Amino acid sequence: MSDTRSRNARQFIEAIPHARALGMRLDAVGDGVAELSMPYDERFVGDPATRVIHGGAVFALMDTCCGTAVLNHPSGVAGTATIDLRIDYMRPATPGQRIRTRAECYQITRAVAFVRATAVDDDDSRPVASAAGAFTVERAT
Amino acid sequence: MTRPKPESVQVVKQRRDAALRALVNGVPYIQFLGVEFDRRGDELTAVLPFSDKVIGNPLLPALHGGCTAAFLEITAIIELAWASLWEEMEAGRLDPTTLHPTHLPRLPKTIDFTVDYLRSGLPRDAYARARINRLGRRYASVHVEAWQDNRSRLFAQATGHFLMPDPDE
Repeated sequence: MSDTRSRNARQFIEAIPHARALGMRLDAVGDGVAELSMPYDERFVGDPATRVIHGGAVFALMDTCCGTAVLNHPSGVAGTATIDLRIDYMRPATPGQRIRTRAECYQITRAVAFVRATAVDDDDSRPVASAAGAFTVERAT
Repeated sequence: MTRPKPESVQVVKQRRDAALRALVNGVPYIQFLGVEFDRRGDELTAVLPFSDKVIGNPLLPALHGGCTAAFLEITAIIELAWASLWEEMEAGRLDPTTLHPTHLPRLPKTIDFTVDYLRSGLPRDAYARARINRLGRRYASVHVEAWQDNRSRLFAQATGHFLMPDPDE
């Protein structure tokens, strides 16, 4: 059952061209939670002076992770889209390290899902970024 | 009293375009997404050409929300860096021919960024313009609007706060 869910979620991510372009990988999925990661890549650098990954790439990873968490909410979600998402960049991700993010859909109504997420690099104790957002909920009819 | 002869329009344009090119070409992620900047005087419009790698939903198809966010954040950062560069350049304190990807003004750092998704991004080119609402010595607040076919029908907007580079660094 949970193997099926992981497989479905993985296929879902792999079918998104932008997620593929950024090399996103699904690491884990559960009830209303998802974990995704992205490799360090010179092409994603946002600041040539520091070689730190662009905030936009981190945003894309966290947005995808949040959407995946919503789709895996046990109340049954057929589709979702971001209404708004805010990201706080707490520190620069260390160049050369993978960025890992975990999202949790902590509240859901018939039409709206509320999600938060954090991102870390090899040092799990200090988050790189945190996110909070609202997503649409399309129920299967 | 004689006034110095004004510079020829080509010389001015070349200098400004060279400065903008150096700034934009120095950032790998801007090149990766294929974002370009149109310049009219000091006003910039960012362009995200539609391509396969910006798609989020292959069935519709629609732009990826994360890609839209990245496009808006790029627009905000370049607008801020450009505003500082412009001032330096027009005051004659900076010679843009010395700009090189390895020798650029330090870029502002994003503190937070909030994106408001108004409608789904269509499979066409997208445009964005940023407005600096506050530019202090350390902190800046920037609003960005993005549209596709109609300037008045935004598909996304964003507000971000940025930490400005320390001029002494």
